[in-house]
Amino acid sequence: MTAFDMRGPAHDDPPHDGGDGPPQGGGDGPAGDGAEPLPEDATVDLAQERAESHVDDVLDVLDAELVGLAAVKTRIRQIAALLLIDRLRARFGLSTTPPNLHMCFTGSPGTGKTTVAMRLAELLHRLGYLRRGHLVAVTRDDLVGQYVGHTAPKTKEVLKRAMGGVLFIDEAYYLYRAENERDYGQESIEILLQMMENQRHDLVVVLAGYKDRMDSFFASNPGMSSRIAHHIDFPDYTDEELAAIGDMMLRDAGYALGPETVQVFRDYLRRRREQPRFANARSVRNALERARLRHASRLLAGGGRVGREQLTTLLPEDFLSSRVFD
Amino acid sequence: MRITQGTFSYLPDFTDEEITAQIAYVLGNGWPCSVEFTDDPHPRNNYWEMWGLPMFDLVDPAAVLYEINECRRAYPSHYIRLNAYDAGTRQTTALSFIVQRPDEEPGFRLDREESSDRRIRYRLHPYVLDRPAGQRYV
Ligand SMILES: Nc1ncnc2c1ncn2[C@@H]1O[C@H](COP(=O)(O)OP(=O)(O)OP(=O)(O)O)[C@@H](O)[C@H]1O
Ligand SMILES: [Mg+2]
Repeated sequence: MTAFDMRGPAHDDPPHDGGDGPPQGGGDGPAGDGAEPLPEDATVDLAQERAESHVDDVLDVLDAELVGLAAVKTRIRQIAALLLIDRLRARFGLSTTPPNLHMCFTGSPGTGKTTVAMRLAELLHRLGYLRRGHLVAVTRDDLVGQYVGHTAPKTKEVLKRAMGGVLFIDEAYYLYRAENERDYGQESIEILLQMMENQRHDLVVVLAGYKDRMDSFFASNPGMSSRIAHHIDFPDYTDEELAAIGDMMLRDAGYALGPETVQVFRDYLRRRREQPRFANARSVRNALERARLRHASRLLAGGGRVGREQLTTLLPEDFLSSRVFD
Repeated sequence: MRITQGTFSYLPDFTDEEITAQIAYVLGNGWPCSVEFTDDPHPRNNYWEMWGLPMFDLVDPAAVLYEINECRRAYPSHYIRLNAYDAGTRQTTALSFIVQRPDEEPGFRLDREESSDRRIRYRLHPYVLDRPAGQRYV
């Protein structure tokens, strides 16, 4: 009997992981479960493999849940296809170097970067690339310390928490302060670089932020740029897309726009875009939150009897009293 | 003489894959792990040096294995052990086992000391303690 057979406590109560992750050690690629490679002339059914991996569940959610973002969705599909094919290649005993999946998401606030990163983590987990598929979202403050010797353990702590999943670094360019060469951020970047290289199979790093600032961050940190395989841009939403996002949010929340409200809401979105601190889909969400407040106050102030119709319908005045229309 | 201690003391040393399986079990129970090292094999040496702080909030075994490997790199011929602490009901070490040991383990000598009234006291002396700390296993 080998030592492995006799493992103590792990016997009776298997860890919640259920052991569905890829094998450990050596990083010999996804799904190399130690089985005999398939014979030379074997074939596998792609449709069946695809169904068994359940990738389409995640991809469909991505499609249904997020309006627009065509380029982003295409890239994610490509990655899913690659990982699926890699799994099949491994079954035939073909060499598979696990692809580098560190990414950079650029775009204005509220364009869905965090949301996509969460879906990505789930997808990579389904495809066996990540063992757990959780998302750890951090900013500079979580990585960089306050005094000498504080940064390295802090950054490593975060990296370790993210292992098996995705580390999402929002506004990553704040890690680098060009004006202060002794800034502790530099130390954090160096540890990130090292881990992104050496622990490539244990975690995926996603950097997020504004495009122009990210570009200058990469210009001053070529090491970081070269470790990132996928640069994905999240464009601002068009007015139509914002309206569709609004509709979706309303449906989820159990509200609807009255017939005359549709145009008012569109006007609202067009005006809101011109104002400071416009944050795409997040501004839509906030606008709807405020409309709900006004809707509720309006109903209460009106008194009388209300039914389903009144409780769910937002009217033009729920938007028109916004500052945006001043 | 092969030192035995901890949860799996009479099993052959675990491979990294087996260690990873144990860590997965530990994390699944919500027990924080910590790594410790020493070059004093005396059985009464309970408090080994800590390799960093105990690790909280981890979800994946790779993170713990990473620290074990870092410790191995810094102390390639020390004893290293992994501890898991059950901070829940038991409030004690739930699991502890050696993940690295020196290639050569010279063992112990039994010293006898005669004291009053012909009484004899016995003392275990690890041979490696004849050398200064840091140069015991090379
Ligand atoms: N295409 C979309 N369809 C539907 N909802 C969306 C879409 N894009 C974003 N949202 C919603 O908008 C909100 C903000 O999105 P998210 O937090 O992902 O943006 P972000 O790009 O990470 O923003 P920031 O840069 O400010 O962190 C979320 O509630 C999300 O559900
Ligand atoms: Mg975000």
